Parts: sequence; structure tokens; C-alpha cells
Amino acid sequence: MNNLFVYLEIEDGIVKDVSLELLTKGRSLAKQLNCKLEAVAIGYQLENIPKQVFPYGVEVLHLADDKRFVPYTTQPHASVLIHLFKEEKPQIALLGATSLGRDLGPRVSSALFSGLTADCTSLEIGDYEDKKAGKVYKNLLYQIRPAFGGNIVATIVNPDCRPQMATVREGVMKKEIFDPKHTGEIRRLEVSKYVSDQDFVIEVIERHIEKTKIDIKSAPIIVSGGYGVGSAENFKLLYELAEVLGGEVGASRAAVDAGFAEHERQIGQTGTTVRPKLYIACGISGQIQHIAGMQESAMIIAINSDPNAPINKIADYIITGRVEDVLPKMIKYYKKNTK
Amino acid sequence: MSFNIVVLAKQVPDTRNVGKDAMKADGTVNRAALPAIFNPEDLNALEQALRIKEKVPGTVVHLLTMGPVRAAEIIRESLYRGADDGFLLSGREFAGSDTLATSYALSCAIRKLGKIDLILCGRQAIDGDTAQVGPQVAEKLGLPQITYAEDIIEITKKNITVKRRLERGVEIVKGPLPILVTVNGTAAPCRPRNAKLTLKYKHAATPSEKQESGSDYTDLYDAHPYLNITEWGANDIEHDPKWLGLSGSPTKVKKIDNIVFTAKESKRLTGSDFEIESLMKELIANHTIG
Ligand SMILES: Cc1cc2nc3c(=O)[nH]c(=O)nc-3n(C[C@H](O)[C@H](O)[C@H](O)COP(=O)(O)OP(=O)(O)OC[C@H]3O[C@@H](n4cnc5c(N)ncnc54)[C@H](O)[C@@H]3O)c2cc1C
Repeated sequence: MNNLFVYLEIEDGIVKDVSLELLTKGRSLAKQLNCKLEAVAIGYQLENIPKQVFPYGVEVLHLADDKRFVPYTTQPHASVLIHLFKEEKPQIALLGATSLGRDLGPRVSSALFSGLTADCTSLEIGDYEDKKAGKVYKNLLYQIRPAFGGNIVATIVNPDCRPQMATVREGVMKKEIFDPKHTGEIRRLEVSKYVSDQDFVIEVIERHIEKTKIDIKSAPIIVSGGYGVGSAENFKLLYELAEVLGGEVGASRAAVDAGFAEHERQIGQTGTTVRPKLYIACGISGQIQHIAGMQESAMIIAINSDPNAPINKIADYIITGRVEDVLPKMIKYYKKNTK
Repeated sequence: MSFNIVVLAKQVPDTRNVGKDAMKADGTVNRAALPAIFNPEDLNALEQALRIKEKVPGTVVHLLTMGPVRAAEIIRESLYRGADDGFLLSGREFAGSDTLATSYALSCAIRKLGKIDLILCGRQAIDGDTAQVGPQVAEKLGLPQITYAEDIIEITKKNITVKRRLERGVEIVKGPLPILVTVNGTAAPCRPRNAKLTLKYKHAATPSEKQESGSDYTDLYDAHPYLNITEWGANDIEHDPKWLGLSGSPTKVKKIDNIVFTAKESKRLTGSDFEIESLMKELIANHTIG
């Protein structure tokens, strides 16, 4: 009872990285709270799931196995979680902030009246004092996310409602094996007790999921462009530099919104979180939502025409100049000095 | 066959022009300090509704929004583009609502609208990016949901077929009416204002707006009832007060921090050839690149 639950997102029998990252985070939060880490797998033919997740320290794994759970539709998965959470009363439930997690999470939180914070960039445990009610709550989940408007980060809590729910994007937390030999308890759910036929109202007629072609998460070098790059045409300079350096191209949301780059390249709170060896920020002002996704880069070079751009505060090298002028020189002198 | 459609929309601060005084001390947004716009993806949702209305005569498109008095602007904007009427849910009982309390209030208002076949809304609002209100409204009404719609392929008396845009792919799904569908920014953009409709609805106003302007156009509104934008307070919808506003919001803002980045020891360079070449040499020498 009152444990920490992670919903496992599964595709083609493989548990997604975002879920493994949440298990790692969940394990450390559960330790602080002195509670167990539990996981829920809802799908079909789940024989291979236990060995994928037990090494991450899962103590109880709930399996809801039924042909009708694949492909995912909202209500059947929601019903399993809602009923299971009513029985188990978790104190915390975590989901990936993926298309699936963001479809499922709100449905579950609404049914349980539990409150949900999307796109957290950090999760911590701490106390909360409600001064008006004169009440102190111990060991709540701090759901931390940037809030819009300048450099601010909001800490959200759910004092009274359980579970405390949060979604987190892929790459924000780090996955780490807890113990390769660790195993836990498996509980098989009697599916008919958790879902009804009325839950299966959406019919998936066609489904094409592409493997990601763009892999900015694991690129050692990222050349990232913002609105200041000016055009999709100018973005070609970034591709050229990324190519010669052996890196990938990233983008700010303003650049994505302006159509300079694909959505998959977006870095930040509502994009991907990256930790490359080198991050070159070109024409990016450095708003908190962007910085949230790249501040752990080992080295940051900022190229900006504004000598006081906020991004400069976290940069190792600040180049004050225009992207159009600076990038060709970087390409030229890189080539010259590596021949 | 015709449909009753509700489009849920929100007036949002334009987050691309956010200043420093955008947040209040209690962590809520200081909306008054920001330019307000029609949430972009809600416009995509409105377009889907208008397309159905065009194809299926007799279809009625209602616009429902919750917000302050000035949110009536987006109702007028919708009327200019082809919506049939608009409803503003407003009042201090709704203040401080998080996504759950908002969804509850909207679901009560939708119930009051009577028989509805389809609820459309944008995937998410740009001020919070939570994407939670759509699914939560569906849950509150006990309806199925289809999220991330890029196109409504077909709608019949019984079913709707939708193309969904996912992170890494597309899906075509079919679900029964009534249903809630959230629409993606990748769906067709909203049509511009129609000149005739803009003229027709220019003076459309809520009771609060009429009162504020103080002008006496009673005759105008009596003669043209379509110019009356309906305004509902908490008392006009059937609700349980404990689920509204702050008390209906399980999430609380504990604190807001200004992040002060520990300024790194950084080197400042100009874009001169000499400095860029030195930089590249340095990065190659310390194996950051190359
Ligand atoms: C809920 C929410 C979530 C968000 N999530 C994200 C996210 O995940 N990722 C993200 O990036 N943003 C996100 N944002 C948006 C974020 O707040 C900023 O609006 C965005 O990061 C700004 O992008 P930018 O720096 O490219 O553009 P701008 O802020 O417009 O900056 C452009 C910069 O380019 C410089 N410049 C102009 N011309 C040149 C030139 N010729 N050469 C060099 N420099 C030049 C300017 O000096 C300026 O600093 C989010 C916002 C909200 C509200």
C-alpha cells in the first residue's frame, strides 16, 4: 500500500527508455520515502517484461495481459490503472510525457481526482506547509517544472489527493541498472475485473510508427539553432557544421514553430533533454524552457548578436556575432586545422 | 443527419511576448500584463468544426470558453469565422482553477448545452502545454476521447474516423459519437474571418461587456438577438462547489523560484577570423571535437 507506481510504456514487447528512466528515479524516491517501487505493464504476451524491468529495482510488477490491450487505446489502459490505483492507493504514480502518457495520465487523474503535473524537469521529496489551514504535510512529491515568463521554476504539490501524479519526458531522468540480478514479485491481474467491454470502443484501423530517424539524444555534439538563425535556408549552415563535426542539429521551439526545423529536433522542457559533450547554441536567447533541456551539456558555446543574451550566462564560450558570419568561419577553420 | 458540436477554446497570453511581470507572487499568471490571443490549436479545432458544418447542413457549432470578461474576444473571433453562437463561463468561483477544476467547470457547462455529438478542442494551450483539459473533460462526461487529431476523415451518424498525429507516426482510429476529439497544430489552419460575418457580429457582446461600455443599445440587441453572447456564472450551471476553482484544484503551487544560474567562467570572443580559428584549434587540441 502507498507505494510508488510507474506505468510501463511498451512497444513491440520492449519497455521504452522513458519508463526505465522513471524506474530509476522512482527507485531513489521510494528509498527516501521508505516505500516500494511497483510497476504496471498493460499489454499482450508480457513474458519478457519482468526481465527487462527487475534489474531497475522493481519490487512488485503488475501484469495485465490481454490481446485487446494492443494496440493501445485510452479507456482500457485507463480502467486498469484507475481500478488498480483504487485498490493499491499508491502515493505517487509516474508516466512518460509521451503521446501515450499524455493521453492516458489526465484521464486517470480525472477519475481519481488526483491532480497531475505535466513535463516535470525534476522530482524531489519535501514538506509543505499550508499556512491558511495551519497544516504541515510531510514527504510530498515536489513536481518541478519551468513556468513561463522569464527565469522561473514552479514547484507544484498535491497535498491532499493521491496518487500524486506527474509526467516526465524521455531523457530528463537518467536510467541506471540497480542490480542486474534483482528480482521482485509478479502479480497477474485478472483482466475481466479491471476492464469492461464498453472500454473497447475505439478501433485502431491503421497504425504506422516510424523508428526515430533523428537521434539528438545520443549525439555527442549538437549544433542548435533558434529564431535568430532567421530562416530554414540559414539552417543549412548548421547542418553543414554538424556534419563536419559529426554531430546533430537541434532547435529551439521558436525555430520549430517558425518552420526552420522539424519538431523532433526541439530541445527543452517540451522537447528532448540532451547532455552532449558540446552544445553550440546559434541565435538562441536562452529562455528557461530551452535551458532546461541542455544545461547539463559538458561544454556550451553561445553565438548571439546580443552581448547580453541570457544564454551567455551558462556558456563556456560567448561569441558575440551573427550566425551567418560566425558559422562559415567555424567550418572553414575546423577543416583547415584537421587536415 | 446533422450534428451539435461544441468547440472548447481558451484565450491565452501570447507566450512569445512574455515580460518579467508575467507572474504574480502566488504563482498564478498575471494575465492582465500580457497580450491575449486565441490559443492556436483551438483555432485548428474550430476549423474542423466549421468543415463539418459546411458538409452537413443543419450542423450547429457552439463555442465555449472559460475566462475573464475579455475572453469574449475569442467568441467574437469565432463568430467572424463561422461559429453559430458562443458561451462564456466566467466568475470568481472559477478563479485559481487548475486543469482538473477547469475540466469540471467545462463539463458542467457542456451538460447544460443539451445533446452534443462532438466536442472539439485544441490539443493543448500554449501557456501551460499540459494537454490535460481535453482528456479530463471527456472523463468527466464519461465519453471516449481521441487525442492529437490531424484530420477528421469521416463523420457519420454513429461514428467518427480520425487521423491522429503521434510523436513518431500516424494512426487512423474510429470511435462512436458522442466523443471528444483534441486537435493538433498540424491540422488544417483556421480559415480567416469572413467579411460578411465580421460585419454581422461586430457588436456581439456579453452582458458584462454591455454594462462596461455603458452605452444604451438595448434596441439593437432586442432586434438582433444573435448579438447576445451568453455569459454563465457558477450559478447558471449545475455544479458541486467543492470541485470548482481553488478548492477543486488538487495541485497547489508551493513556490516559484527565480533561477540564478551560477555564471560560468566564460570566455568572450568576437567573431573575428583570428579568434574563431584559435577557438577551433583549442577545441581540437582538447578533443572536444575532431
Ligand atoms: C509551456 C512552454 C514550454 C516551452 N517549451 C520549450 C522547449 O521545449 N524548448 C524551447 O526551446 N522553448 C520552449 N518554450 C519557448 C521558450 O519560452 C522561448 O520562447 C524559446 O525558447 C525562444 O526561442 P529562441 O531563443 O530561438 O528565440 P528568441 O527568444 O526569439 O531568440 C532569438 C535570439 O537570436 C538572437 N539573434 C537574432 N538574430 C541573430 C543573428 N543574425 N545571429 C545571432 N543571433 C541572432 C537574438 O539576439 C535572440 O537572443 C516553451 C514555452 C512555454 C510557455
